[in-house]
Amino acid sequence: MDYSTVKGRIFDIQRFSVHDGPGIRTIVFLKGCPLRCKWCCNPESQNRGIEEMTMNGKTKTVGRDVTAGEVIKEVERDYIYYKRSGGGLTLSGGESLMQPEFAEALLALAHQKGINTAMESTAFADFSVIEKILPHLDLYLMDIKHMNSDKHKAFTGQANDKILANAQRIARSPVKLIIRTPVVPTFNDTEAEIEAIAKFAGSLPGVEEMHLLPYHRIGSDKYKGLGREYALAHIEPPSQEKMNKLLEVVNRCGLRGQIGG
Amino acid sequence: MIMKMDNYLAVFSPKRETKGKLGGKKRVINMAEFYTGKIEKSPRIDLIKDALFEKMPQIEADRAVLLTESYKMTEGEPIYTRRAKAFKHILENLPVTIRDNELIVGAATVRPRSCQVFPEYSFSWVEDEFDTLETRSADPFYISEETKKTLHEVYKYWKGKTTSELATSYMSPETLVAMEGNVFTPGNYFYNGIGHVTVKYDKVLEVGYSGIIKEIEEEISKMTVGDGNYCKKKALLDAMILSCKAVIRYANRYAEKARELAGKESNIVRKAELIKIAENCERVPEFGARNFYEACQSFWFVQLLIQTESSGHSISPGRFDQYMYPYYLKSRNEGMTREFAQELVDSVWLKLNDFLKVRDEASAEGFAGYSLFQNLIAGGQNEYGEDATNDLSFMSITATEHVFLPQPSFSVRVWNGSPRSFLLRAAELTRTGIGFPAYYNDEVIIPSLMSRGLTLQDARNYNIIGCVEPQVAGKTDGWHDAAFFNMCRPLEMVFKNGVENGKQIGIKTGEVENMQTFGEFFEAYKAQSNYFVSLLVNADNAIDVAHAERCPLPFLSCMVDDCIKVGKSVQEGGAIYNFTGPQGFGIANMADAMWAVKTLCFDQKKYTLKDIKEALENNYGKDMDSHMAEKLTVKVCKEVAQKGKNLTAEEIKSVYKSIITNNCPEDKKAFYGKIYEDINNLPKFGNDNAEVDSLAREVAYVYTKEVEKYTNPRGGRYQAGLYPVSANVPLGAQTGATPDGRLAFTPVADGVSPSAGRDVKGPTASCNSVSCLDHFIASNGTLFNMKFHPTALAGRNGLENFVSLVQGYFDRKGSHMQFNVVSRETLRDAQKNPEKYKSLVVRVAGYSALFTSLSKSLQEDIINRTEQGGF
Repeated sequence: MDYSTVKGRIFDIQRFSVHDGPGIRTIVFLKGCPLRCKWCCNPESQNRGIEEMTMNGKTKTVGRDVTAGEVIKEVERDYIYYKRSGGGLTLSGGESLMQPEFAEALLALAHQKGINTAMESTAFADFSVIEKILPHLDLYLMDIKHMNSDKHKAFTGQANDKILANAQRIARSPVKLIIRTPVVPTFNDTEAEIEAIAKFAGSLPGVEEMHLLPYHRIGSDKYKGLGREYALAHIEPPSQEKMNKLLEVVNRCGLRGQIGG
Repeated sequence: MIMKMDNYLAVFSPKRETKGKLGGKKRVINMAEFYTGKIEKSPRIDLIKDALFEKMPQIEADRAVLLTESYKMTEGEPIYTRRAKAFKHILENLPVTIRDNELIVGAATVRPRSCQVFPEYSFSWVEDEFDTLETRSADPFYISEETKKTLHEVYKYWKGKTTSELATSYMSPETLVAMEGNVFTPGNYFYNGIGHVTVKYDKVLEVGYSGIIKEIEEEISKMTVGDGNYCKKKALLDAMILSCKAVIRYANRYAEKARELAGKESNIVRKAELIKIAENCERVPEFGARNFYEACQSFWFVQLLIQTESSGHSISPGRFDQYMYPYYLKSRNEGMTREFAQELVDSVWLKLNDFLKVRDEASAEGFAGYSLFQNLIAGGQNEYGEDATNDLSFMSITATEHVFLPQPSFSVRVWNGSPRSFLLRAAELTRTGIGFPAYYNDEVIIPSLMSRGLTLQDARNYNIIGCVEPQVAGKTDGWHDAAFFNMCRPLEMVFKNGVENGKQIGIKTGEVENMQTFGEFFEAYKAQSNYFVSLLVNADNAIDVAHAERCPLPFLSCMVDDCIKVGKSVQEGGAIYNFTGPQGFGIANMADAMWAVKTLCFDQKKYTLKDIKEALENNYGKDMDSHMAEKLTVKVCKEVAQKGKNLTAEEIKSVYKSIITNNCPEDKKAFYGKIYEDINNLPKFGNDNAEVDSLAREVAYVYTKEVEKYTNPRGGRYQAGLYPVSANVPLGAQTGATPDGRLAFTPVADGVSPSAGRDVKGPTASCNSVSCLDHFIASNGTLFNMKFHPTALAGRNGLENFVSLVQGYFDRKGSHMQFNVVSRETLRDAQKNPEKYKSLVVRVAGYSALFTSLSKSLQEDIINRTEQGGF
C-alpha cells in the first residue's frame, strides 16, 4: 500500500531531540490522547481537535493535518545525523495509537528509508492495533505510571489493566522494550510505588532498562494558554537526592536504571 | 585507558621510500593505540598563569627605539640589510627577562602579557590614541608618560617611511573613497605586518639555525656574480645569515642570564632548573634539538622571534603534535615521564599568552580580545592519508584545559578516519565552554586546497592559520586576512544607486524603483559587488607591494620554502604557494534580504522596491539602537562644539531624539512596521529551507566567484574566505537597515552562520542550511558559529551526540565549526561583575578571547547568538 498518502494530525516536529531514544532523533508529536495525566507537560497534545493556544501574548494554532509522506520528507532531512549517532525517528504525542494507520504509515516509511524507529506510548489500545505497528518499530518506549489501578485512574483518567496486559505482549515481541516512569510527587514518588513498577518491569521478558523521568513544570504555562486549570500547581519537582534513591530501587530490581530519557 | 608505551620509530619501507616525498628520511609511525587518560596539572602552571594576569598589559618602547637607532645608521643600504641589521640590533639589546617558575624562557616584554610597537608599519594612530589606550573598551593597554615621550621622539623619524604611507600612495582614488565608505577594510595589513604564516618549525628543530646558515651558504656558493638575480639574492641571503646569527646570540643571552640567576638562587630545585634552562639556550635554536625539552625551548624562540621581526599576527604553530612527536618519543623512550612532558606542553601554551599586540581602536574591535591568533592544530591525516593522531594530540587538548587561556587558538582536524576517542576528548574540551577546539573537515579542505594548486601530499598536511584559513606549512604565503568585505554594503548601494552622503561610492546601477524583475535587481547587486571587489583588490595589491618594498623579512623567509633557493623574501613571492584571501561576511543577511525582495516585491507583489527603499531609509520606523544613537549624538555635539557653539542640555536631548527616531514621519511608521513584520515572517536562512538555502549559495557565489578571478603581485591568486573575525559588529555599526529585517547599525551575521536568533529549528537544520553553501570554493576558510547551552553536552550521551552532529555537518561538506558552550546567565553575570570573570574565555569568531576584554556591543552579539539546546 502507499503509506505516503495516509493522513494524520500532528502538532509539532522537533529535530535534534536527544532525550527520547538513542542518538539524535526527530520527534513527531501526534495529536490526541486517551489519558488525561494531571502532570502532562504537553496539554495541547490531549485533544484530537485542532485548537488555539496563547503563549507570550501570541496565539497559535495547535494541530495540523498532514500526510505521512510530508512528515517523512522532513524527518529524512536529518538522515545523516541519525546514521552518525544511531538515532532516528521517534513518535510521541499524545498517544500515537489513537491514529494507528498514520502511526503505522510513518514507521513503515521510516523503515523503507533506512531510518531507525521508536515510539513513546502508554500502550492504551487494543493489542490488535499495537500488533500491526510492531513490525515497523525498533524500540518501544513504554510508559508505566502506576501499578495501582485506582490511583492510575485518579491521576490519568484511565485504569491500568489494559496497559499492563499489553506490556506483557509487547515484551514477547521482537521489539526492544524500555519502561519509562514519570516520577510525580503525590502520585508515585515513594520507594514502594517505584519498586512495584520496577518489579513488574523486571518480570517482563527481555526488558533490561527503566528510565525515571523527574516531574517538571515546563509545560504549566500552556494550561493557561489553553484556558485550562493546571491541577498540580502546588507540586515541587523531586529533588536530585530523591531521584538517586529511586534509581537505586530500580537498580536493585535487576534493571539498568537511568534518570532522564 | 591504555598505559602501554610501545611507540617506535620505524624506517621507511623501501617501497614507500621510492614513492614518498621525504625519500630516505626517517618516518615516524604512530602507535596504533595512544594514551587517552588525563594527566594532572603541575602546580607550576597556575603560578605562572596568575603572574601573567597580575597587571594590566602595557606598551613598551624598547623595540621601537632600537629599530629606529639602527635604521638611522643604515640609510642608503639595501632594504634586506637594513631589516637584518635592525633585527640584530634589537635582539642584542632587548631586555632579557626570565620569569619566576618558568621552564621555557624568552619574553618580548619586561612586563608579562604586554607588547612592543612596530613603527615601520604605521605609527600615527598610536600617537593619536596615546590618551585613550588605557580606557578604550576593546583591548585597553597601559602606557606610561615616559613611554609616550620616548615614542613621540621615535615617531618623528618615521614620517613618510612606513608601509602604510607607501601603500596609500599606490591606491587609486576610488579605492580610498570606498574604504572611507566602509564597504571593505584592508586595515589589518594596512597598519601592521602580514604575519599569517606557519614556518618550517620542523627544520629548525632538526638542524637549528646553524644548519639553516649552512644551507644558505651552500646556496651562495652555487651562485656566480654574473647571475641575473645575483645582487638582490646575495643581499637577501646575507641578511638571512645575519638574522640567524642574531637569533643564536639572543638565545645565548638567555643562557647567560639563566646562569646569573642560578648563581644567586638559594632554592636548589630552582637553581637546577635555571642551569638546565641555560644549557638548553646554549644548545637551541643554534643546533638541532636532542630531546623534547630542547625542542619545546627551540620552538618557543622561533615563535617569539618571528613576532619580534614583524608585527604580523596569526603566526600559527600549526601541526605541533606532528613535528614535536619524534622528540617526544625519543624522550619518552629515554625515561621522560608523561607528567613532565605535559608540564612542558603547558609551559609552551602559557608562553603563547605572554605577549600581545596593540592595534588601533577600530581594528581592536574587529580583532577584539588581545588575540594573536596563533592557531595550533591537532589530529588529522598525514601526507600519506593515514590518521596521524598521537599522544601529543591528546596532550594538546589537556594543555588547553590546564592553561585555559585564549592562546594558542586550538583546533582539531576531523576526517572519516579520526579516532572516536580523540573526537570525544575534543568534545570534552568544548564542554568546558572555552570555545576550543575549532573543528576542521579534512574531507573538504584537502580537495579544496588541491583545487588551488597544492599537491595531494601538501594538501593532506594542511594546518590552519589565524581564524579558519587552511594552507600548508613552510611553503605558503597566504595573505589570509587580506580584508573584510561587508556583503551588505553593495546592496545598500543598489538602493542608493551608488551614492551615499552626496558621494558616488559605488557605481550607477539605475534607480532601484525602476527595476522590473528580480533578475535585474540581483544583477545590480552583482555589479555593485564586483566593482567593490576590484577596488578591494587594488587596495590589497597596493599594500602587498608596499610590504615587499619596505618590509621584506629575511628571518621569516629563511623558514619558508623556496625563499632561499629563489632568493626572494616571502613578501616578494618567495613562497611556493602564494595567495591573497579577503573574507566576505553577511551571507545570511543577503540571502534573507534577497529572499524577502524576491517574495514580497516580485512573487507576491505586496510591496514595491520603492516601499522597501523608504522603509530602509527610515529603519522600518524603529528607533535606532540606543548605544549607537548615543555615540552619534556625542559625535554631532563635538562637531558643533568645534565650531564654537556649546549645546544646552535641552538641545542635546533634541539632537538625541532626532537621531534615535531618524526623523521618521509618524504617519508612515505603521506601514514600515508592517513591512518589517512581513519580512520577519518569511522563512530565513538557517532553517533547512531548500529554496532560501539555494539562494544563499548563489549570494555567496557573487563574492567568492568574483574574488578568484584576480591575481596578486607575488604571482599568486586571490581566493575568498567567508568569515568575519569579529568585524561583523563594528562594520555592522556602519551599515544601514537591510531588507532582511536587520535594523540599522546592528551587527551583521557572522561568517556563514545564520543571522543571530533566526535559526529556530535546532542545530541540525542550521547545519543543513549552512552546508548548502559551497565551502570548497571559499578555500580561504569558512566560519560557522554555534552556541550550546552546557546541558546539551551533558553526560556521555551529550558528548556522543555532539560529535555526531559535527560529523554529520562534515558529511554534508561543511568545512569548519566552532562552539560557545556557556549559559546566557553566566555571560550576563560576567557583564555585571567583570572582576569575577577575569579569565572567562569565550569563542568570538575564529578565536577565543577573554569575555571581559570585549566591547559591550560584541558582548551583546555573543549573548544574542542563537542558543541551541537538546530537546
